[in-house]
Amino acid sequence: MHTLTVQVEGIGLWSPQLADFNALRHLLAGGMPAAPGIRPAAAALSPNERRRAPESVLVAIEAASQAIALSGRTMENLACVFASAYGDQATTDYMCRVLARVPTELSPTRFHNAVHNAAAGYWTIATACRAPSSAICAGNASFGAGLLEAAVLARAEDRPVLLVCSDSAGIGPLGELIGCTSAFGCALVVSPSTHTGTRLRLAATASAPRHPPLPAECLAWMRDNSSAAGLPLLAMLANGDGDCVLVAADQLGLHVQMETNA
Amino acid sequence: MRVTTLPLAVSAYTATSALGLGLDAHLEALRQQHSGLRTNDFSSAPLPCWIGRVAGVEHVALPSNYAEWDCRNNRLAWLGLKQDDFLTKARAARERYGAARLALLLGTSTASIGATEEGYRRLENERLPADLHRTSIHTPHSLTAFVAAALDIKGPCMTISTACSSSAKVFASAQRLIRLGLVDAAIVGGVDSLCDSTLFGFNALELVSPEPCRPFDAARRGISIGEAAGFALLERIDAHTDAPLHLLGCGESSDAHHMSTPDPLGVGAELALRDVFDRAGLDATQVDYINLHGTASQKNDAMEAGLVARMFPLHTRVSSTKGLTGHTLGAAGIVEAVITLLALRDGFVPGNAGVSEPDPACSEHFAWHNETRPLQVALSHSFGFGGSNACLAFACADRDACTR
Repeated sequence: MHTLTVQVEGIGLWSPQLADFNALRHLLAGGMPAAPGIRPAAAALSPNERRRAPESVLVAIEAASQAIALSGRTMENLACVFASAYGDQATTDYMCRVLARVPTELSPTRFHNAVHNAAAGYWTIATACRAPSSAICAGNASFGAGLLEAAVLARAEDRPVLLVCSDSAGIGPLGELIGCTSAFGCALVVSPSTHTGTRLRLAATASAPRHPPLPAECLAWMRDNSSAAGLPLLAMLANGDGDCVLVAADQLGLHVQMETNA
Repeated sequence: MRVTTLPLAVSAYTATSALGLGLDAHLEALRQQHSGLRTNDFSSAPLPCWIGRVAGVEHVALPSNYAEWDCRNNRLAWLGLKQDDFLTKARAARERYGAARLALLLGTSTASIGATEEGYRRLENERLPADLHRTSIHTPHSLTAFVAAALDIKGPCMTISTACSSSAKVFASAQRLIRLGLVDAAIVGGVDSLCDSTLFGFNALELVSPEPCRPFDAARRGISIGEAAGFALLERIDAHTDAPLHLLGCGESSDAHHMSTPDPLGVGAELALRDVFDRAGLDATQVDYINLHGTASQKNDAMEAGLVARMFPLHTRVSSTKGLTGHTLGAAGIVEAVITLLALRDGFVPGNAGVSEPDPACSEHFAWHNETRPLQVALSHSFGFGGSNACLAFACADRDACTR
């Protein structure tokens, strides 16, 4: 079985309950982190872009900015992979409602916000990044598939890569069907260096998903948002130890083991 | 940190678009310069424009085991998979390598959003109607999940959705997975189908032409939206030494300019070209033909004409084939990759259809009509919303068979 090892240089996290990775550490240690509120700062965006951007983009950009800040990397040369199971569900709901009623009244801005690579577009524009960027999805396996894509990119191209995985809350008839009730975004900066720091060893497996015990809140968030499938890995990174199997496709698992140098 | 990539064998490929079903139909339409565009008879409300509609998609039936994925986009995918024996060849590859050693990477911009639109037109008490109350079709991953199930693939399966570069970027991801030895082969491709979201969305951006699109015409008035499905099988050359066509490399970049218009200077597009040159060990003088992105929007075509004029020698021939197929959005990358492969295989340059008065910005590189000439190396350009750029390089494997 082939394995891939990547170093984790930065971690970002935002949800209406967790302001950042430190808040998750606090929760895992038995604390009660203060909720950050309903709208992420997404300070990397200009005020104009922040006004235009939908929730999913703000969440993605907030998580991305946190991970980059921790990594100490500059943004403009960083290849990036933006994963999301559903893109911006509120935008899809808006589009489908207007199309069903008066299709010629569709807003051009909301149409360009509807593309799955909206977050990648806003991010590369805001950070003047001309490196390759991608936007992927794999249903409930979007986090695992995104991690695999980012790790493969880092190893194959020998360059650091920003991975962001985020989903927004659903509304309307689409929200009712999908059942994604809360926003969640996380981000990692991974690099191919394998000699120092926190490393993840990834291997394909046919095993079912599993992870070490998590607080009840985390399990609830994982039910409420596809992108929160990243929480077991984030918890491993917070604890500095452990392994888990993430879903990377309907019939493919990704066994992730943590390795650290003292 | 430049990485030179090894070529891959393109051992099977197919396309289904407004030009017809499969390679022969495409070749014939290209030879005759016969456009597949027709007046819009698709949108749920009138919109005076032209579309590239695939005939008969409505009547395609998915096998009953896959009923949960039934929608226009997946019917088009199924129709496309059955052309040129692609389904058989894909299943043979799975048997040869094992289901876990095969990757599936598909591009789409809207997936099955048409089914979600339909659900919202027929809401029942603020819920999607019972026949469309299925999670499988209201997700951008619907296409790949359906094809993965139909082919029983157990390796990496992923949807790339970067607007109009989606099904070009799948080649780059597949190439990396094979290069690292995570899989032995990959099925790549893409499917996008007509829907209100793109017709009225591009209309809102004032990018839809009221007449058949005319890429690189001085009086072009915007795009004509089309639908298409296309697939290719990529394998290591040592596993397929007699494959006549190779993928040399993929270049990728971001514009960092604007969400819905390209950088007029083409800086990002040029970076993607330089990236593919570095990877494939090519320079511009070796490029015989480029299938351009050429959408017939004012800004793309102006940018791309400038890019060609400043980067390529005059013996490089270029054309857009969107005047024939329409702009198939997330499927444009694979459809135009297939057209590029046909041009290499059969030694011809497809004419840039639809032009009556070329834009003065267009240089001598443009092939306004079909040209017969042996081709060794050809590129396909894909530039999408959000500034997502991809350039693919293909070549004839046997240099002796193609002489300039």
